[in-house]
Amino acid sequence: METGIHELTAGYALDALDPAEREAFERHLVGCDRCQEELSSFWEVTGALAVAADGPAPNAALRERILAEARAEKQTVVPLDSRRRLSPVLAAVTAIAAAVAIGLGIYSISLSGQLDDTKAALTAQESAAAVLADPTATTVALQAGSGRLVVDADGAAVLVLDDLAAAPAGKTYQAWIVAGQTPVSAGIFDTTDNQAIVSIPQVVPNGAVVAVTVEKPGGASSPTLPPLAASEPV
Amino acid sequence: MTFNPVTVVALPDRSASWSMRRHLAHLSDEALVALVARGDEEALAELYDRVGRVAYGLAFRVLRDDRLAEDAVQEAFLGVWRTAAGFRAERAKASTWILTLVHRRAVDLVRREERRRAEPLDDETRDAATSGSAEEAAWLGFERERVQGALRQLPDAQREAIELAYYGGYSQSELAQRLGMPLGTIKSRMFAGLARLRELLDEGAEEGSWKPESTS
Repeated sequence: METGIHELTAGYALDALDPAEREAFERHLVGCDRCQEELSSFWEVTGALAVAADGPAPNAALRERILAEARAEKQTVVPLDSRRRLSPVLAAVTAIAAAVAIGLGIYSISLSGQLDDTKAALTAQESAAAVLADPTATTVALQAGSGRLVVDADGAAVLVLDDLAAAPAGKTYQAWIVAGQTPVSAGIFDTTDNQAIVSIPQVVPNGAVVAVTVEKPGGASSPTLPPLAASEPV
Repeated sequence: MTFNPVTVVALPDRSASWSMRRHLAHLSDEALVALVARGDEEALAELYDRVGRVAYGLAFRVLRDDRLAEDAVQEAFLGVWRTAAGFRAERAKASTWILTLVHRRAVDLVRREERRRAEPLDDETRDAATSGSAEEAAWLGFERERVQGALRQLPDAQREAIELAYYGGYSQSELAQRLGMPLGTIKSRMFAGLARLRELLDEGAEEGSWKPESTS
C-alpha cells in the first residue's frame, strides 16, 4: 500500500513533514518493518542529495570549534559508553536517543519488553530520548550516586542512574526536585539491571537539585530518608 | 527484519591524505563512530574531516548564511559526540546518519529564521571543488554530477517537490500552498520522486560506481 501513512516515509526522509505528522509517522514507524526498511533506503538517497548540494567549503576554524566544544563537554559528561559494556536498558535508551536525534523512533522496539507499552510510557520514553539526544542540553554531574542529569534549554530534565540496585522489597525509589525549602515529588520509579532513566515531569529551575530517596510504595509527600543520589545544582 | 540499504553514496577513502595520523585512516566511518562513543576526540576529528565538507555544503545550501550553517554543522557533530553509542550501522551508514542530523538541524533553523530560498546557489557561492585534495575534489565532482544527472531525469513536478523540500526546507503543507496543489498531490510526488531517484541512482551504481583508489 503506497498511500496514507506509508507514503509519508518520503516526506520524513526529506524532513518535510509538519510536526504533528512527523510525530504520527514516528509512532507508526515503531511497528512497521516495511517503513523502516523504506526509510533506510530513502536516507541513502537523501544522503546522495546532500553530496550534490553544491555548497561552499567550511571555514577551517569550524573544525577547531567543534573539537574544542566536544572536549569541554567531555569534562562534565559521564560517557554513556565508557570502558564497560552498557546494560541492555541503558543501551536501548541510548539507542532511542540517537534514533530521535536522527528523527527515528524505531529503537523503541527494543524497550517494549521492559516497559509498559502504554502511550504514557512511550511518550515518557520519547521525551527522555529527545532530551538525551539534544546536543544543546546541559549535562549536570551527580554529587551523590552514579549517573548524570541532562537538562535541556527549557528545563526538561532526565535523570540517568547507572549504578543503583533495585529498591528494597516493599519500597520504591522517588525523585525530588529541591529548589526551595520544600522538595517537590518528581515521581516514583524502579531500576532495571541497576539502572534507571527517569524523565522528570516538571521543569527543573536554575539552581535546583534533583535527588532520589527510598520511600514506601506509591511514594511519600516529602522525603523521609536522606537521598541516595543527588545532582549538583542545575 | 533485514535491511538492504542501497549503496548510493560512498564517501571517499581519505587514506592518502590522512596516513600521517596514527591508525584512524584505515578505519570505516562506522568504526570511527564506535570510537567516538568511547570519547575518542581524534575519531571525531577524523569523522569531521571525512563528512564535514559535505555537511557544511548542505547546511549552507539550505541556510544561505555562514553563521547559521556553521551552527547547524556544529550542533550536528556535537549530537554525534553525545549519542554515538546508540548508532546502529544496520539502519544507516555513519555518513548518512551525520548528514541526516545536519539536514534536520538546518531545516529547523531555516524555518525559524524564515529565510527559505528555493533558487540554486549562484556561481560565486557554489563550491568550485578546489578545496581539499585533488582526489577529494574529483570524487565530489563526480558524485555531484551523477546525482544531479539523476535528478534531471525526474519528471519536473517530482524534481521540483524534492528540491524545494530538501534544499529549500519547505514542508509538504507549505509546498501545497506555494504551488497551489492539494497536499495529497505533493505527498505522492515526493514519494514517487524519491523512489524513482533511488532507482536511477541504483542503476548508476550498477553501471560502475567510481571511487578514488586508496594510495596508502
